[in-house]
Amino acid sequence: MSLVANITALRLRMGRRRRAMLTALTTLVLAGAALTLMVGQSLTPPLTVLRVFLGLESGGEAFTVGVLRGPRVVVSALAGMCFGLGGVAFQTLLRNPLASPDIIGISSGASAAAVFCIVMLGLSGTAVSVVAVAAGLGVALLIYLLAWKGGAAGARLILVGIGIAAMLQSFTAYVLTQAPSWSLQQALRWMTGSVNGAQLAQALPLAVALAVFGGALIALRRDLETLRMGEDTAAALGVRIGRVRLVVICAAVGLVAFATAATGPIAFVAFLSGPIAARLLRRDGSLLLPAALTGAALVLLADFAGQVLLPARYPVGIVTGVLGAPYLVALILRDHRKGGAL
Amino acid sequence: MRPGWSSLRSVARGANPAWLLAAVAALVLAAGLSLAFGARVTSLSELLSALSGPPDTMGEAAVASRVPRTVLAALAGAALGLTGAVMQGVTRNPLADPGILGVNAGAALAVVIGLASFGLGSLTGYILAATLGAALSAVGVYAIASLGAGGATPLKLALAGAALTAALTSLTTAVVLPRGDIAGLVQSWLVGGVGGATWERITPVLPFLAVGAALSLASARKLNLLALGDDTAAGLGETVWRARAVAALGAVLLCGAVTAVCGPIGFVGLVVPHLSRLVTGVDYRLILPASALSGAVLLMLADVAGRIVARPAELDVGIVTAFIGAPVFIWIVRRKRVAAL
Repeated sequence: MSLVANITALRLRMGRRRRAMLTALTTLVLAGAALTLMVGQSLTPPLTVLRVFLGLESGGEAFTVGVLRGPRVVVSALAGMCFGLGGVAFQTLLRNPLASPDIIGISSGASAAAVFCIVMLGLSGTAVSVVAVAAGLGVALLIYLLAWKGGAAGARLILVGIGIAAMLQSFTAYVLTQAPSWSLQQALRWMTGSVNGAQLAQALPLAVALAVFGGALIALRRDLETLRMGEDTAAALGVRIGRVRLVVICAAVGLVAFATAATGPIAFVAFLSGPIAARLLRRDGSLLLPAALTGAALVLLADFAGQVLLPARYPVGIVTGVLGAPYLVALILRDHRKGGAL
Repeated sequence: MRPGWSSLRSVARGANPAWLLAAVAALVLAAGLSLAFGARVTSLSELLSALSGPPDTMGEAAVASRVPRTVLAALAGAALGLTGAVMQGVTRNPLADPGILGVNAGAALAVVIGLASFGLGSLTGYILAATLGAALSAVGVYAIASLGAGGATPLKLALAGAALTAALTSLTTAVVLPRGDIAGLVQSWLVGGVGGATWERITPVLPFLAVGAALSLASARKLNLLALGDDTAAGLGETVWRARAVAALGAVLLCGAVTAVCGPIGFVGLVVPHLSRLVTGVDYRLILPASALSGAVLLMLADVAGRIVARPAELDVGIVTAFIGAPVFIWIVRRKRVAAL
């Protein structure tokens, strides 16, 4: 067989695998959504769910599915996609699977600001989200500047981020002790991440962020792929590194900050989505879309587990936190057996 | 490279007495400040008369009520400073700190589980639970970080610690969340503080602190050997794993006991040994006592600062140390070359 035919066959096979995996991930997201819509305190049969969305049902079922569960599904899926995209963009840009925004302190900036606004300033709703987004961006900038020393080396960026995150977590914990009990529950969401009481109004900023920042990332996906080969190679291949890096960082931080503003810092979703997607696709092609789908599936399924499968009802961030930790440990082990990029 | 033994000796001999005097003076000054400042500021005469006899005035009563708090701050600070120095020696890692490494989080989880599931009531119970949790997470984080090529580098330790902290914090919240009855208690305990100290809360801790401090201080010479590298230490006749285990046990006892009484207080163990090292050089026989002394000073001052900044309310000392410590952490990270991390 000729070389060309070989390459063509390989491409075809890789494309087929990619399509199959994307289909599987989409199915998983839809399954998570369907489970969340049907199962809760009460069971709703699929037909009734369908009738609610067609506007044929009214009363109790319509309230449960349309007002309680529907927005929850939408917000979960959108936030999961934002976290997944933001995480994989950071990981790809910094070429380090551990350099995800939730580990290097970006979500902790957003949540510290949000808790402060709720407890100390008595703000709520949109104002909190706006401040959370701004603080997420500000803390990301601060970490980047503090890690800068003739170039922001990955290791330094991570360590500075860990230091900042530890400081902010202590601040958040302190502010929470000052909270009157009525705002404690609301504030606690900002420690762990939860989609309880999600509203459709929250979905709009998420969708816009996803369209704008996600769109920017997708537009740059080829450059991002090339950057995986190292900055010098990428520059030689014609990638305008400075511009690409700036856009990618801004977009990823924006995604994570908006998602955190909507749901709180759902632990480890940004961190896990990229590596899981990479495993599924065997590093074939851009990871952006698969990571976004993985993020959505993670949030939906973990939330379902937290609501229905466990003995007490837990917010989604606790489930992902407990699930994600062993994976992080495994990643550290694997990475160092390979003598990875740390 | 570390300086040779002879230069080290001379550093030790030259620096010792003057700095010791300065440290003791700082200790007395910090204790005085801690007794004098609070919601009510007392005069020097009130301070002295309160310490010499039963309280007569409001000011003297205020001073008397601040005595246990000051003692606890000094003890906790000394213990945490010592813990940090020992951990940095055992792991040969400049970023080691019970907060960063997730050891505090482990102690906190153990106490919370004890509270929620076993109805833990006594302080001794808290201390045992906290020490157990601290020990398990210390072993865990070190095992995770030292597996694989390259051993336990500072970056791997810090990442393993951050990961463990995230997971343990999730677990702690998972335990607390369905239990409204203990949520408030745990919430305020999770920000480390020395407020509300009484003699009844201090006494049960003392034996644990004494044993921990004895084990730690006795390990000073072995930590010096470990600092030369495992191979050299083994070549000089040291059983490396046993030296590590004994020193670590001392550190774990100290930070477990402190966490049980005060809640998790981060960054003292990180900052203090670095400050001490600036003065004492690299000999652990000096670093350890110096860290204990300066830890006591630092925590008392941080506690005073917390009382002044937010008067008439007060800021828990755990948050003050976090805001002092994080910049120092970043300074250390920036100072080292990336390769050395």
